[in-house]
Amino acid sequence: MIRRLFAALLVTAAAPIAAQTIAITGGTVALGDGSEPIPNGMVVIRDGKVIAAGNIRMKLPADTQVIDATGKWVTPGIVAGFSRLGLADVDLSAEGADDTTANGPFNASVDASTEINPLDTTIAVNRADGVTRALVAPQAGKSIFGGQGAVIDTGADMDAITAARKFQFVELGQTGADKAGGSRGSAHVFFQNALREASELRRFAAPITSAGAEPPDARDRPIVRNPNESREYGPDARRSQDVLLTRFDAAALVPVLQGRQYLLVHAERASDILQVLALKRQFPALKLVIVGGTEGWTVADQIARAGVPVIASAVNDLPATFEQIAATQSNVGRMRAAGVNVSIGMIDDNDTRSLFMERQYAGNLVALQRIPGATGVSWGEALAMITSKPADAIGMGGVIGSLAPGRRADVVIWSGDPLEGSSAAEQVFIDGVKQPLQTHQTRLMERYRDLQRRNLPEAYRH
Amino acid sequence: MVSNRGFLAATAAALFISGCATTEPPKAPPIHINEDPYPSTYVRYPGALTVIRHATVFTGDGQQINDGTVIFGNGVIQAIGGPQVPSPAGAVEIDGTGKFVTPGIIDVHSHLGDYPSPGVTGNSDGNEATDPVHPDVWAEHSVWPQDPGFSRALMNGGITTLEILPGSANLFGGRSVVLKNVPARTVQGMKFPGAPYGLKMACGENPKRVYGSHDHMPQTRMGNIALARETWAKAVAYKKKWDDYYAKGGDMPERDLSMDTLKGVLEGKILVQNHCYRADEMANMIDMSKEFGYHVTAFHHAVEAYKIADLLRENDICAVMWADWYGFKMEAYDAIKENIPLVHNAGACAIVHSDDPNYIQRLNQEAAKALADGIRAGIPNLSEAVAWEWLSRNPAKALGILDKTGTLSPGKAADVVMWNGDPFSDYSRPQMVWIDGAEMYDMNDPKKRPVSDFELGQPGEGDVK
Repeated sequence: MIRRLFAALLVTAAAPIAAQTIAITGGTVALGDGSEPIPNGMVVIRDGKVIAAGNIRMKLPADTQVIDATGKWVTPGIVAGFSRLGLADVDLSAEGADDTTANGPFNASVDASTEINPLDTTIAVNRADGVTRALVAPQAGKSIFGGQGAVIDTGADMDAITAARKFQFVELGQTGADKAGGSRGSAHVFFQNALREASELRRFAAPITSAGAEPPDARDRPIVRNPNESREYGPDARRSQDVLLTRFDAAALVPVLQGRQYLLVHAERASDILQVLALKRQFPALKLVIVGGTEGWTVADQIARAGVPVIASAVNDLPATFEQIAATQSNVGRMRAAGVNVSIGMIDDNDTRSLFMERQYAGNLVALQRIPGATGVSWGEALAMITSKPADAIGMGGVIGSLAPGRRADVVIWSGDPLEGSSAAEQVFIDGVKQPLQTHQTRLMERYRDLQRRNLPEAYRH
Repeated sequence: MVSNRGFLAATAAALFISGCATTEPPKAPPIHINEDPYPSTYVRYPGALTVIRHATVFTGDGQQINDGTVIFGNGVIQAIGGPQVPSPAGAVEIDGTGKFVTPGIIDVHSHLGDYPSPGVTGNSDGNEATDPVHPDVWAEHSVWPQDPGFSRALMNGGITTLEILPGSANLFGGRSVVLKNVPARTVQGMKFPGAPYGLKMACGENPKRVYGSHDHMPQTRMGNIALARETWAKAVAYKKKWDDYYAKGGDMPERDLSMDTLKGVLEGKILVQNHCYRADEMANMIDMSKEFGYHVTAFHHAVEAYKIADLLRENDICAVMWADWYGFKMEAYDAIKENIPLVHNAGACAIVHSDDPNYIQRLNQEAAKALADGIRAGIPNLSEAVAWEWLSRNPAKALGILDKTGTLSPGKAADVVMWNGDPFSDYSRPQMVWIDGAEMYDMNDPKKRPVSDFELGQPGEGDVK
């Protein structure tokens, strides 16, 4: 396994995306933009990008690699709307394999992009099932703030980060209340105080970049290349005495406060969701996204009016906690019908490893269309909820999540309808690069599928 | 019983006084302990004589009938076959065109009721984690019949029977209980009449983690086995004491509720439901069962069953598995997606289970994934009809109720689901569910949805779920 994987890595490193055109023809093509699937469609990719897809006819270069997908389905890769993919290879009692425990002194400044291990078996397992990108949020530890989340790809290479520090993650429901000492009120005051500290830091700080002469302490000042990166913790960043956050954590919230970084807020209860929407009155620049949102359907009109996207848990239908009393699988459909931008995520639902469940969940939302009294979603919408919609929620719909021209060429060829759990990913491309689909699991299956005793033990079968 | 015993004692004393020459007084005859002190009070609800026609039928024992007819009444399956099967007079006819009819799904591993929703501390009743040896506790004494999860399992999952187990913190977790998925005011009102008890055992990480972290045995896997063996050795001695008593009478031995359960296992009356992930540990547990003379009925969460499928077949042990759970702890690291079909293909008894209030609503879809993975891997002789064995027949076998339910055989309970499409599709859901012939769910009738006491008057009461 290791040897094969590294061989794959070497190939990737040695031969960066070839400037060859690949045309996938004859398959049922779904674009991921909410439209319904197109029979006998074509997908053309080149230089790691989608050139065209759908019911298209175009002249292809002579050296085009044609992949016949007759009888197959072709879609953008699945984008895991909310995950902890790459943060833990094993979740429990496996020291060193798990970066989801966050009991250190820092919170908002924690950066998921420093935690991702592209070689986790979890990434390979999800890649082999057609998950090509994921929003990855750090877990909240002692604070309501989890830290800065990343968007990653699941490619078999060491370069997993699509966008570092794309969003901040905060708990403002039951979990937030627990972190803040036991009440939601406490969590909200903690939140407001944190943004106050960020704004203060901003006010006291010297400009990030100064034209002309550099100040004497220029060597102390980090060069800021990414607009989502805040490094305002240099010697000039003075603060008041009354602070709860470390300098790093306060600095990390500056882009949130300024609306340069999305704020993903975990809230399930209807009243908590309304409280989150109300934050906009106090902090108008916030770019809010609600995560979870189990009771969202009961306040769907307000969410829609606020224009706040929801990355929802698709099939929660149990009053599993007191913040999910109104849970129903029709939540997603009802929010969508009210005009909310809904996508599917998996917060606290095996979110380190079972992101492949998203397509099954999407299929279940389609199933609801045939249940009287339930609100389902169309097939095309369901696929969009696990491809383009989560990307849209954090402003990356122009980059990933669909087969629109110019998007990164994350393409999956499926054995059949991808919203059926029984279908499998047969070929996976990420940034136009064909991916290996072997995993720890497939190797074990090959080793043990025949239990006949041979001349040497099973350990010699590899 | 007490007065009778007094009478016997008085008689014996009288005999002695009468000057009989024997040196030993005759022993009192043995009194049998009541082994069913919390009996089922379940009574099936009334149901119409019903005929479903033109449906695709999976019988549960591997057969598929196209354009099938299923007839049930008086709580049991009356007849099953093709279109030629005649309808009895006065029967309700249901057109099953485009529908699928199956036996109700049986989940052999659930914590509904003992870890109910909402999952708050006040409701947390699944693990008596105060000592690793607790065969004395009975899951039924924790089950909250108002857990809203039962209704979801019925309406979305087509679950008609389920086994509720204690948790896996303990080596001996306690007795399980088998329930009909019919709402009741008491757990007795849900208990499956005539179903044997199970004993929940656990190996591996959980017991050693829970107790090892408190510097209490077991802290290791060898500690797990040592403590379990010590306990079985006591149970063997306890059983002998009672066997002697029942054979010869005399003074009743002191009762020990833990040992009562283990004695029931040694007598074959209580079935061992053994939480065990790793292949090597399952082999150890099999040897332990032979050492002390009991049989393991099923290994639950048998993530590595595929490594020892031959051993499971030889020992007639069911493997209870997930389709694709993996990696949540070390002993789940070697999970593979072909586990279920590989175990089936080896001739062992394969079962799909949930251990989860959400997955219990989609066990048909879990079986669908396992089936598809098996077919893709080239495993022969797999079909949807065969895979339904993993959902009803084999679970019924593992619970000791295969003579009562689990297949659509005439005379068995009419535990029946009619699906609105192929249940191996993500797009299908139960349309109607019958338990013992009583219609418990109809997706077209909001009045045919159970609503637990907990949900009454709450947002979403009676909503589709």
